[in-house]
Amino acid sequence: MYDFEGFTLDWYKELFQDTRLLIIVLNTLVIALLSALFSTIIGVLGAIAIYQLRRRQTKNTILSLNNVLIVSPDVIIGASFLILFTTAGIKLGFYSVLLSHIAFSIPIVVIMVLPKLLEMSPTLIDAARDLGASKWDVLAKVILPYITPGIFAGFFMALTYSLDDFAVTFFVTGNGFSTLSVEIYSLARRGISLNINALSTLLFLFTILLVIIYYFITQRTKTQVGGIRND
Amino acid sequence: MIKLIRVFLSVVIASAVLLFVINRLNSAEGFSSGNTITIYNWGDYIDPDLIKRFKDETGIKVIYETFDSNEAMLTKIKQGGTTYDIAIPSEYMIQKMKEENLLLPLDQSKLPNLKNIDERFMDLPFDPNNKYSVPYFWGTVGIVFNTKLVGDKPFTSWNDLWDPSLKNDILLTDGAREVIGMGLNSLGYSLNDTNKEHLHEAKAKLDTLTPNIKAIVGDEIKMLIANEEAAVGLVWSGDAADMMGENENLDYVVPSEGSNLWFDNMVIPKTAKNIEGAHQFINFMLDAKIAAQNAEWVSYSTPNKEALKHMPKEMVEDERFYPSPELTDKLEVYENLGKKNLAFYNDLFLEFKMHRK
Amino acid sequence: MENKLTRNIYMIPYWLWIALFVIAPILLILYYSFFDIEGHFSLVNYQKFFTPVYLKMTLSSFWYAFLITLISLLVAYPTAYLLTKTRHKHLWLLLIIVPSWINLLLKAYAFLGIFGTYGITNSFLEVIGIGTKQILFTDFSFIFVSVYIFIPFMILPIFNALNELNPSFIDAAHDLGASKWTTFRRVIFPLTMDGVKSGCQVVFIPALSLFMLTRLIAGNRVITLGTAIEQHFLVTQDWGMGSTIAVFLIIIMFLFMVLTGTRKRGM
Repeated sequence: MYDFEGFTLDWYKELFQDTRLLIIVLNTLVIALLSALFSTIIGVLGAIAIYQLRRRQTKNTILSLNNVLIVSPDVIIGASFLILFTTAGIKLGFYSVLLSHIAFSIPIVVIMVLPKLLEMSPTLIDAARDLGASKWDVLAKVILPYITPGIFAGFFMALTYSLDDFAVTFFVTGNGFSTLSVEIYSLARRGISLNINALSTLLFLFTILLVIIYYFITQRTKTQVGGIRND
Repeated sequence: MIKLIRVFLSVVIASAVLLFVINRLNSAEGFSSGNTITIYNWGDYIDPDLIKRFKDETGIKVIYETFDSNEAMLTKIKQGGTTYDIAIPSEYMIQKMKEENLLLPLDQSKLPNLKNIDERFMDLPFDPNNKYSVPYFWGTVGIVFNTKLVGDKPFTSWNDLWDPSLKNDILLTDGAREVIGMGLNSLGYSLNDTNKEHLHEAKAKLDTLTPNIKAIVGDEIKMLIANEEAAVGLVWSGDAADMMGENENLDYVVPSEGSNLWFDNMVIPKTAKNIEGAHQFINFMLDAKIAAQNAEWVSYSTPNKEALKHMPKEMVEDERFYPSPELTDKLEVYENLGKKNLAFYNDLFLEFKMHRK
Repeated sequence: MENKLTRNIYMIPYWLWIALFVIAPILLILYYSFFDIEGHFSLVNYQKFFTPVYLKMTLSSFWYAFLITLISLLVAYPTAYLLTKTRHKHLWLLLIIVPSWINLLLKAYAFLGIFGTYGITNSFLEVIGIGTKQILFTDFSFIFVSVYIFIPFMILPIFNALNELNPSFIDAAHDLGASKWTTFRRVIFPLTMDGVKSGCQVVFIPALSLFMLTRLIAGNRVITLGTAIEQHFLVTQDWGMGSTIAVFLIIIMFLFMVLTGTRKRGM
C-alpha cells in the first residue's frame, strides 16, 4: 500500500470511465444529504418534545431510549432493521437505506440540540408569550433562532454518520443499490485498489472546497450578531 | 431561521439534482429495464470485462452486488427482499443453505459446459451429484513465508510455526476453523474433529504459539505480509497467490500433516427470478476460454480443466496452486459440523484470542 | 385543547421513530436473547455471560472505553477552547470535522501504513535514534486511532458550549479578582459541563462497542463487547448470545445515561 512507484493520473482517468462507481458515489451523497435533512427535522422536533416534558423521570427514560441506537453496535442495528423492513414488506434498496440512515442519525441530532434548548432561559418563551406571540411564532422566532448552532451541529453529525456507515447499509441494501462504504468494504477481500483511494481523495478535496466556499459566502452576507466580544 | 431555511432548501435542491443525474445514468446503463440478472459475489472476484461480454452475447444485463463474508450473505438471502439470481458461497455454506432450503436445484441440461470441470472437483460430499452448485474456484490453506526474513529455514510442517526464532512474526487469518484446524492438524487430528478433548488439546497447543503471533487479522493480511510486516502467515492459497504477485520473496507451502481444501461454488438461491438467465450465466462462466480469462484475472485456482489449456504454462504447472491429485487426496474438505460443534470451535477461538502473552 | 393537539401533531414523527426503530428492535433483541444456538428457549446465554471469559471481556471493554474517553476529553477541551479564540472559528471547526467523512476503513488502512514496521512513524523513530518499535497491534495504536476517530464527536459539543458562554461571566470573574485557573475551574468548566457530558456520552458508549478497529489496528489483541457481538451475529450465527451481550450493553448505557443525566434548573 505504501509501495508507490511514482505518480500517475491513470487512476483518476479510470475513475471517470466507471459509470457504476459514479452512480455509487452519487447514491452515497444523496443518501447522506437527504438523511441528514430529515433526521435533523425529526430530531429537532424530538428535542423540543423532550424539552417540553415536565417529569424528570419521563425525560430521562426518553433520553435513554433516544440513545439506544448510538450505543448499539452497527451489526445489531443492521440485522434488526433488515428484519423490520422485510416483515413490513419494504423493498430493499434506496428507501430502506434512506430510512435506516434517518433512523440512526436522529439520536445524534437530539443530543446536539437538546443542550442548547436547556440553556435557553425559559423566561424568554414566557416573555414572547406575554407579548402575544402564537405557538408557531414562539417556535419560529424564539426557539429556532436560539438553537440554530445546535441544529447545524446535528446536521453535520448526521452527515458524518451517514457517510461513515457501512454495517447498517450493508444489511438493508439490495436490488443493486450500493453506497461507497459498502463497496469499499467488499473490496477489502482483494485489497483496496488505488482508484478507490483516488476517489476518496477527490471526494475529500471536493468537500473541503465546498466547506470553504460555503463559509465565505455565509461570512459575507452575515450581519455581525451582537454578544460577541470584540477584542 | 432564514439561514436554516436557506441551507435546507439548498440541500433539497442538491439532492434533487443528484437524483436526476443518477436516474439518467441508471437508464443509460440499462439497469432499470427488462432482462437482468443479479449476481451476489465477493468483491473483485470476477473479471469485469466478462460481465460486459455476457451482456453483449446474451443481451442480459448484470447487476453486480458484493458481500464480504459467507455469513453476511446468508443473512441477506435468508431474509429476502432482493432477487439474487446467482450467489457464490463457499462449500460449508452451501451445505448449510441446502439444509435451510435456500437453494434451487440446477438444470444440468442447460449447462453443457459442465463437462469442462475436472472430475475430482465434481460430486463432492457437500453437494452430491452437483445438484445445487458448480465449482467456481478452489484452493488450499497453508503457510506463506518470506524467504528473505526467515532465511533458508524450510517450512514443511505446521509444527515449524512453533519455532522460537519466529517470535512475534506470525500473522493468522481470522477464521475459527482455519486456526483451530491448524492446531488439530499439527496434533495429527482431523480438521473435522468434534471430540472435545482433542479440541481442548488443540487450543492448549495454540496457546503456546501466542508469543510468536503478532496479530490475528482479516483480509488486510495480504497487504501486511506483502509489505513484510511479518515473516509468516496462515492464509488461503488464493490470498497467497495475490501476495506472491506483490512480493517476490514470498513462498507458499501446504504442510505435510494435511490441511483444508476449499471451494467457492456458483449456486442459484431461492430468491432468483430470472432462472433461465442464471443458467445462461453459469454456463457462460464454465466456458473454457472465459474461465481461463477469469482465472488469470482473479489469480485463484480454476477447477475448469479445459481452461487450463488456455492459460500460461508457468501458472498451470505451479504445484503450489495446482497441486497434483495425490496431494489433494490428503487434504480435507470442511464438513458441516452442526451448530453446537461450530459454536464450540468459535468459543475456543474467542478464548484463544483473549489469551494474552 | 388545541394547544395539546398541535403539539402532538408535530411530535408524531419522533414518537413514531422511537416506537419503530428503538423499541421494536430492543424487543426483538430481548426476544432473541432467550434462544440458544439451536433455537430452543433457554437462559443459557445469560448463564454464559457470567463466565470468566465474558466478564473479563466486559471489564477490558470498560477500561479501553474509559481511556479513550478520557484522552479524547483531554485533547478535545483545549482544542475546542483554542478554536473559540481563533478568527475563523467555524471554518476551523468544519475543517476538523470533515476528515471524519472519510470512510473508516480507508482511515484504518492509512494507519496500517503509518504505524507499520516500515511506515512513516518508524522511519522517524529510526532517524531520531530510538530505533524501530512495534507500534501496530499494540494497545497504544488502538487507543491512538480510536481517539483520532472519536475526537470530532467530543470537540463539537464542547465547542458549542464554550461558544455560547457569555463573556461577561468571565469578565465578572476577572473583575472580582479571580486568577485564570480559578476562572476556568469555577466559571468556565462548570458552565460548559453539559457540553462535556454530551461529548462523553457520544464517545464512551460507542467506544464500548467498537469492532472494526479491534481487528485492523489491534490485530484482535483487544476484544471488546462490540467485537463479540459482531462475531456472534456474523460468524458464529449465534444471534442469541449476540443479543444477550447487546442486552447488557443497553443496560450499561442506561446506567451511564442516568449517571451523566442533566439535573439542573429543577428539571
